[in-house]
Amino acid sequence: MADIPDPTPSARQGTFELCGVALRGPVLNGSGTFDAIAARRAFGDALLERFPFDAFVSKTITLEPRQGNPPPRLWETPAGMINSIGLPNKGLDGFLASDLPELAGLPVPLVVSVMGFGRDELARLVAAVGARDEVSMLELNVSCPNVETGLIMGADPAETALALEAVRPQTAKPLIVKLTPNATDPGAVAAAAESAGADAVSLVNTLKGMALHPETGEPWLGGRSGGLSGPAIRAIALEQVAAVASRVQIPVIGMGGIASGAQAAEFMAAGASAVAVGTESFRDPAAGRRVAAELADLSLSDRESATAATDA
Amino acid sequence: MSEPRTLAPPERRVAVVSGVERLGAYHLVTAHDASGPREPQPGQFYMLATEECWGGGDGERPYLPRAFSYARAHVEPDGVSLGFLLEIVGPGTERLATLAPDGGLALVGPLGIGFRPPPEGARPVLVGGGIGVAPLLCLQEELDDPTVLLGFRSAAHAQAAALFSGDPNVVTDDGSVGRQALVTELLAAELDADADAEAAVFACGPPAMLEAVRALCAGRGVPAQLALESGMACGFGACFGCVVPTTDGYLRLCVDGPVLDGDRLESALFAGAGH
Repeated sequence: MADIPDPTPSARQGTFELCGVALRGPVLNGSGTFDAIAARRAFGDALLERFPFDAFVSKTITLEPRQGNPPPRLWETPAGMINSIGLPNKGLDGFLASDLPELAGLPVPLVVSVMGFGRDELARLVAAVGARDEVSMLELNVSCPNVETGLIMGADPAETALALEAVRPQTAKPLIVKLTPNATDPGAVAAAAESAGADAVSLVNTLKGMALHPETGEPWLGGRSGGLSGPAIRAIALEQVAAVASRVQIPVIGMGGIASGAQAAEFMAAGASAVAVGTESFRDPAAGRRVAAELADLSLSDRESATAATDA
Repeated sequence: MSEPRTLAPPERRVAVVSGVERLGAYHLVTAHDASGPREPQPGQFYMLATEECWGGGDGERPYLPRAFSYARAHVEPDGVSLGFLLEIVGPGTERLATLAPDGGLALVGPLGIGFRPPPEGARPVLVGGGIGVAPLLCLQEELDDPTVLLGFRSAAHAQAAALFSGDPNVVTDDGSVGRQALVTELLAAELDADADAEAAVFACGPPAMLEAVRALCAGRGVPAQLALESGMACGFGACFGCVVPTTDGYLRLCVDGPVLDGDRLESALFAGAGH
């Protein structure tokens, strides 16, 4: 057996809270990096018994079903990968009818990620998803163009604030805004989201990237360009988390290439209240659990050394 | 009929390399998996990485694990011995092929849906091309004396034929072993020679070969199960990277394949196939 100890019981039952929702620990998954329904087909009930995350963030859903981008969709880079998946999903109705009942069976609270191609669409999604008891929190994926203005919602503080103002009245549940690193000033976007009623921000989403076919020189990915993730972006993510944390009072969920408890601890030292594991789960489906266990051990040894210092 | 899928433990584990055998152009990596399922199903695959120097420390690439159908799974008293056939084509396969005995092979699996048994009374015909012969090796062990047709580029590649029992029919692109022919020519002759007997085709190989097999079988009304390949990051449905276009839209090859019925495809040649 790959011997991954569970986080200590105190950390698991712990008092960790994110936006008023009790979690057994601070390690989430990045949206779109783990499909709990597909994973259950591959791993069976053992997945539920040893679930890798303390809360589960769904893949982003949109109002209408989407097939996603044509393949190829992946490219490996030095210490990372570029994906061009294109948000395939069953659409709101399909999600509520077939995915939500399955996700409700997970042993951890559920965060549903939504994206709208306009503020009205986003408001409809938030109202419909927020009304479901199975859903603990919502995450707004604002890394998409607003078809009304042509601007990437999350790249612009004013657009982000308008989006929040449209969705805030639709639900009392916590709203997390997923920030894009492809913005001039993510701190300003975070501050705008906070002012307009966001309960938390999460970052980073992927960085824009591209790969060329080695023989033809044409874009390799079916979607031409894509999003870079993995350890390759960790330093950038850490800086952006620190910059955002210095600008807002609401919790910051930090992510970007985290593959160990020590790296998770760095993001928390930079101001994150919680962290998410993304691409590392592709390499090991239990990565979230390993990161959580390593982080709990680090916190424990911190407390012990603090006690020792006091005693000395 | 339940689908041929043995469930995998939900974490990466480390198998211990027992040997790497050179077979002409290929390497057969054998490793002892002490804690994984004893009975994967032919056609299922594992995500492989070396325990050391894979995406950590100074390692830039390889970063993601690589998907390989298992070629052999032999139960041992304290685990299962897994065999993976590979050809060095990039940094990942290079690292895997140069594993030393007692080295660590990190793996997740078995994953995906394997080959279903042939219909009652149908004679199984196995068609393999190049490195694609791998899943047919374990399949041969499960079936009652199937016909085995193999195609390789050259004599160096054709050495993999020695892994099969009996006397597989081998052709090569350069005529260095067997006739100079495509394996699909053998298949056409095989199906036409005994057109009255019901056949069931099981195939794995490069995209062009699989497409030829698919079209040939579709034209004759012969059921064909094709083990396909596509670039994968995770192997368990998380990344949505390995989709193939089917009559039902895009399917993730890792959880809905890698074995698909030929009639679910309009073509086995699709963007990203074989990568």
